[in-house]
Amino acid sequence: MNGPRPDKSMLYYPKMPVTWWLRKRSYFFFMMRELSSVFIAIFLVVLLVQIYQLREGPESYAAFVQGLGSPGWLIFHAIALLFAIYHSITWFISTSVVLPLRLGKREIPRNLVTGLNIGAWIGVSLVILGLFLTLKG
Amino acid sequence: MNGATATLNVTRYSPGQDQMPRSQSYSVPYQKDWVVLDALNYIKDHIDGTLSYRWSCRMGVCGSCGMMVNGVPKLTCAAFLRDYYPQEIRIEPLVNFPIIRDLVIDMSDFLDKLKSVKPWIIRKTEKQISEGEYLQTPEELNAYQQFTQCINCMLCYAACPVYGMEPEFLGPAAIALGYRYNMDSRDQGKESRQAVLGSHDGVWQCTFVGECTEVCPKEVDPAAAIQRSKVEITKDWFKSVLLPWGQR
Amino acid sequence: MAGKNSTEPFWWGLFSAGGVVAAFLVPIHIILTGFALPLGWISDTGILYRVWWVKVYLFVLITLPLYHWAHRFYFTLNDMGLKVIRKPLAVVCYGGAVAGTVATLWVLISV
Repeated sequence: MNGPRPDKSMLYYPKMPVTWWLRKRSYFFFMMRELSSVFIAIFLVVLLVQIYQLREGPESYAAFVQGLGSPGWLIFHAIALLFAIYHSITWFISTSVVLPLRLGKREIPRNLVTGLNIGAWIGVSLVILGLFLTLKG
Repeated sequence: MNGATATLNVTRYSPGQDQMPRSQSYSVPYQKDWVVLDALNYIKDHIDGTLSYRWSCRMGVCGSCGMMVNGVPKLTCAAFLRDYYPQEIRIEPLVNFPIIRDLVIDMSDFLDKLKSVKPWIIRKTEKQISEGEYLQTPEELNAYQQFTQCINCMLCYAACPVYGMEPEFLGPAAIALGYRYNMDSRDQGKESRQAVLGSHDGVWQCTFVGECTEVCPKEVDPAAAIQRSKVEITKDWFKSVLLPWGQR
Repeated sequence: MAGKNSTEPFWWGLFSAGGVVAAFLVPIHIILTGFALPLGWISDTGILYRVWWVKVYLFVLITLPLYHWAHRFYFTLNDMGLKVIRKPLAVVCYGGAVAGTVATLWVLISV
């Protein structure tokens, strides 16, 4: 059975401002985490354009790579790198919450799961670097 | 009493009289062991009997006294004056809810959503009493126990910006309680909760801000429950798409 | 289990996969493409990108995080109050990711 409901016409309905995420530190960092996906996407488009240059020949490719050395691009990539690292760290913290790991009966502490992921991330990055240096031609 | 006083700025709203909520300042005696609820009770008993607010157990188990204390959703029976004194303390009704009067909010939306996840054991086949009780190992209990601690205080709804922007969102506590029953080994009701939990306004609205878990006074970790529900629903979805012959 | 909301798990699955790829692989590639190559710490001619399994790797590296972006950006715009144009936003975001996938496929096949 439903109980008595208040007369809705006399309620005060507060409105949430669209700037809600600027009002609290944790909300702001949440929004920065979400916006990291934008910088990652833009970077991947830049990477795709770089690969595309190969169609136009080795001079085009070299010119494009050199063009990325301009101050504007260096600043963009520095910002993108910061956002990408922020995405990685927050992602690994989230993973420890979303996918609890068990060793036998005991649950593995979340900080350890995060740390293991970070370790794997560094390892994978070094492998990619090594492969690139060996195979780049 | 040593004469020290604490100042509380409390939201007042009189339906039919006020167009908007306003703030009223009260001076209460400052006692080191007082919580905000003690201060509110002092106001009601000695200064202004017209102040309206909810409270009950005063020990953090009933979930009635949730309010915003300096902009943070808190149980006022668990917010000590000494953590704010001598600064003034701002007391407002829980955000993201319509205000009925003063510090009392309309919780009917939450109650409807709670009911919609069917927070009870659902059995496809009932066990006869003669067969004895449902047995559960400590591991099986462990799988859902923390999510049973929810006291329905709605602090998580006040903390959740998605619920603030999108009032249709099922919300942290309701999803956590749906998950609690889905994870209970005695329950067989996952399919009957699926339509609500798996709907667009169910788990999928959540963007894992994580504030719900931050403010929960009982360490339920609703954010974890929601994300794990997403994993479960996604696993079930892929199974139903890739292995359709497994369906009943 | 299918209903009018049946596509949500699919996009969330892609979002998650893209998030994993972005988390593990994007930072080192930003260092390579954004700094190491342009600043001359390492030099390359790009012929590595013509190797078939490198192309498969690049396809995964570029396209999956696009779906991660699409899902996340769509919900972010919703959280910022743009719910009124929800359907066009969904088309722009998820459609953008699909367009990016097609573009990536085309570039990798034709280099």
